[in-house]
Amino acid sequence: MGRDNQKNGKNRWLGLLAILIALAVWQFVAAVIIRYPFILPAPTDVFAAFVSLVHEGTLLLDLQASLVHFAIGLGMALLVGIPVGILMGWNRRFDAFLDPLIELLRPVPPLAWIPFAIIWFGLTASAAGFIIFIGAVFPIIINTYSGFRGVPRVFVEAGKMLGCTRSRDLIRYIAFPAALPSVAAGIRIATGVGWMCLVAAELFGVSNYGIGQKLWFFYSLHRMDSVVVYMIILGLIGLAFDMIFRYYIERYFLKWRTGEVA
Amino acid sequence: MGNLVIRNLKQSFRRDDGSDLVVLDDLNFEVQDKEFVCILGSSGCGKTTLLRLIAGLDTARSGSINLDGEEMQGPSPKVGFVFQEYSLFPWRNVIDNIAFGLEMNGTPKEERYRTAEHYLDLVNLSQFRISYPSELSGGMRQRIAVARALALEPVLLLMDEPFGALDAQTRNMLQKELLEIWEKTKKTIIFITHSVDEAVYLADRIFVLTPRPGRICQIFPIELTRPRDRTSVEFAQLRRQVLDLIGQHCAIQ
Repeated sequence: MGRDNQKNGKNRWLGLLAILIALAVWQFVAAVIIRYPFILPAPTDVFAAFVSLVHEGTLLLDLQASLVHFAIGLGMALLVGIPVGILMGWNRRFDAFLDPLIELLRPVPPLAWIPFAIIWFGLTASAAGFIIFIGAVFPIIINTYSGFRGVPRVFVEAGKMLGCTRSRDLIRYIAFPAALPSVAAGIRIATGVGWMCLVAAELFGVSNYGIGQKLWFFYSLHRMDSVVVYMIILGLIGLAFDMIFRYYIERYFLKWRTGEVA
Repeated sequence: MGNLVIRNLKQSFRRDDGSDLVVLDDLNFEVQDKEFVCILGSSGCGKTTLLRLIAGLDTARSGSINLDGEEMQGPSPKVGFVFQEYSLFPWRNVIDNIAFGLEMNGTPKEERYRTAEHYLDLVNLSQFRISYPSELSGGMRQRIAVARALALEPVLLLMDEPFGALDAQTRNMLQKELLEIWEKTKKTIIFITHSVDEAVYLADRIFVLTPRPGRICQIFPIELTRPRDRTSVEFAQLRRQVLDLIGQHCAIQ
């Protein structure tokens, strides 16, 4: 890890350089070659749009609405995905029972659920949450499942010899902590997939605010500079989620995971 | 107490073609309280199978296992187990690993840690109290595993080639330490090994198993006084006797 960080430190300037070059090329192409902000707004246009959006003062409301949708979706995915993954990973009969159903449902794209989201939940935050849920629940189930499948037998048997014999206790004290790195990886993937579903989840007008909702709204007004502002916000928040998650996970697991195959 | 009586123990596994593979056949023996028994046999002779049956991790096809007059059914807190592989829980630090069994049986927190500290002391690793298993060497991990098994104060301690993966020097040191612990705690110990040297060094009695199906081929008492000197003439003679015995009577037919 230490070595990686050092390398990142040295190479960070290279990465920054690439971003600056991209911005310069973008500015040049937009302002000198295309000169038509509807097709391609220049970075300066985008920045101006950002400043005026800050003055309008709805950015925080958008952020709040989107976070509510996201929290509903991810929260439900955790509530459903982790227990289902645990049961499938722990109990072979439950696995045989549910696996075909899950394999059938999993390839259906989250966006294909939009009609039913509207019919079942109406134009509510829950409908948006449902789309995010569909995107997020499968990575959580699958990673929890494979984490439980990968629990070394010797841990379970050591637990049994030390008086931890009931299934409930074995899951709680042995299998779950042993599978936690895999469960956490699933949650991280689910966070990314769920966030990507956000724009689609807010596309069908479930709220008056929301980052995805505003993106569509400004598109309908042909204010492409504002569209880009919301695109950038989406990217940055997704990145922030991942960084925060990685920071805590690595801090938590580093002390015991080193040298273990997990 | 820690009196183990094994009668007519038989274990077999079903092969894919439907026939039975007999691993242990009609095994009978007794282990006295506070006795140190080594079970010696080549790989595949059913040593580990036997130990797992005694531990209650597997169920025998037929026969009985009695500990202090009680028929064994499933894992029991009276029996401790030290595994061949590293079995410490990597998500718990050393002291919480040792305290695990006490946590499971509902021992109050303070007493739990007091007992755990005591066994940590016993294996001379107090300075690693809050280390994680990944930070320990293989030998240290196995010593903590011994402390963890002892913390529940079992009457019988089962050890499945616990030092098999260690280098010769560490191995010798841990054998010496194990004998010291045994002197202090006076458990009945059944210790599995394929090393004649290890068995002669540790055991009161060596049970030599035949290759599959496993039967007791010979019971070999070691009457050398402890501490035993591996380099002494008597030690070398005993080693040769055990090796000869294995070669003559207990080898693959």
